[in-house]
Amino acid sequence: MSYFAFLAEHGTTLLLGTVTTIKVLICSMILYVIISMIFGLMRLSKNLIIQGIATVYIEFFRGTSLLVQLFWVYYVLPFFGISLEAFVAGVVALGLNFGAYGAEIVRGGILAVPKGQWEAAHALNFSPAKRIKRIIIPQIFPIILPPAANLTVELLKATALVALVTVVDLTFEAKQINSITWLSAQCFGTALLIYYIMARLALVPFLRWLEVLAAKKVGRGNV
Amino acid sequence: MEMGFRWDFAYEILPQMLWATLNTIIAAGVGYAIALVVGLFFLLGQRTPSKIINGINREIVEFIRSTPLLIQLFFVYFVLPQFGIKLSAWVCGMITIGLHFGTYLSEVYRGALEGVSKTQWEACRALNFSTVYTYRRIVLPQAFPIAIPGMGNYLVGIFKDTPLLSTIGVAELFHAATAVGGYNYRYLEPYTMVGIIFLILSIPAAMWVRKLERRVNVAQGKIKQ
Repeated sequence: MSYFAFLAEHGTTLLLGTVTTIKVLICSMILYVIISMIFGLMRLSKNLIIQGIATVYIEFFRGTSLLVQLFWVYYVLPFFGISLEAFVAGVVALGLNFGAYGAEIVRGGILAVPKGQWEAAHALNFSPAKRIKRIIIPQIFPIILPPAANLTVELLKATALVALVTVVDLTFEAKQINSITWLSAQCFGTALLIYYIMARLALVPFLRWLEVLAAKKVGRGNV
Repeated sequence: MEMGFRWDFAYEILPQMLWATLNTIIAAGVGYAIALVVGLFFLLGQRTPSKIINGINREIVEFIRSTPLLIQLFFVYFVLPQFGIKLSAWVCGMITIGLHFGTYLSEVYRGALEGVSKTQWEACRALNFSTVYTYRRIVLPQAFPIAIPGMGNYLVGIFKDTPLLSTIGVAELFHAATAVGGYNYRYLEPYTMVGIIFLILSIPAAMWVRKLERRVNVAQGKIKQ
């Protein structure tokens, strides 16, 4: 069977899987960005309880394997009466796991904002919430976006794991086609190529564009 | 089915889990050793004067880095036999992990070499040291401490990615948990125990890496003790 015949027969299935992968990616991306922001700020809180909660969360999710967390959410939570759909379980596990890594990036970004900015906001009598929202947060984006971009490419790669909790994504379809046809080189090779194209030609340029945009917003354009 | 965590069941499967943990540690260690060497080869490809080799090397590294380890595992495990190369799941897993993380380690090595100041090279040139001597006595001793934290991080990273090996049937910790869980129709205890074992092993490892990082920074005079 030639490769083109293979694509003609199974291409649509793989593309449908790709759509699911993109859905998982977008949902978990939104979730992880929100979680990173919240826990990154909590980690810097002066309140020891809030800081402790954030530290435990971050250490826990960075200390265990994503696959274990995924299976725990999907297979163990039902024991406690929380049954999540496979897609939701996948997104939740990915979001929680990457949120922990992202929180550390956010924390680093906030610490990297020059002290003078805090002091100036203080001197101008901004409330703490306003200080964070209007002065600090807008300035952290140029700092956190490059490491966050790396993390997001890692997230795209990690979405492959949701196939193992029966989410019908690209990896799942590739495995399925492999078990029917045994054309392993074709189906896994194509899947690898699709992931590569998604990362190199879509995700990375998008993230670079964001980086440039963020740099411009704080007046560091043309970098 | 009984709800809640059953301690007696957890205790019963504990020996099995601990044995499987040993396999996980072996897998991580061997995979890491391969990755360290593979990383050197990618670094070599990057630093050869030939532009063509540089380009090919970069594309390979980019490709491996931006595709999922899981599918790479499947690819190696299912495709090689079709070319008459029959390898066990263990060997396939070790090769794939070695290749995948080798690309990351080559970046760590590169960063470390670039972290050595250019003036060091110039001084060696001025003193008429040979390239080999420069690397051996001047550059590498300075580059190695810079590479240590990155290298440590990827050791922890490999350790946390070993559960993926269970998908091709390597009998490591996660595989054992799934097997025990399936046999007894109880996943709560096995998977929770896997999580706890991972925490017990990886948090001290991560702390140790952070301590090393600090020591390196102190030794280089970046921060004060």
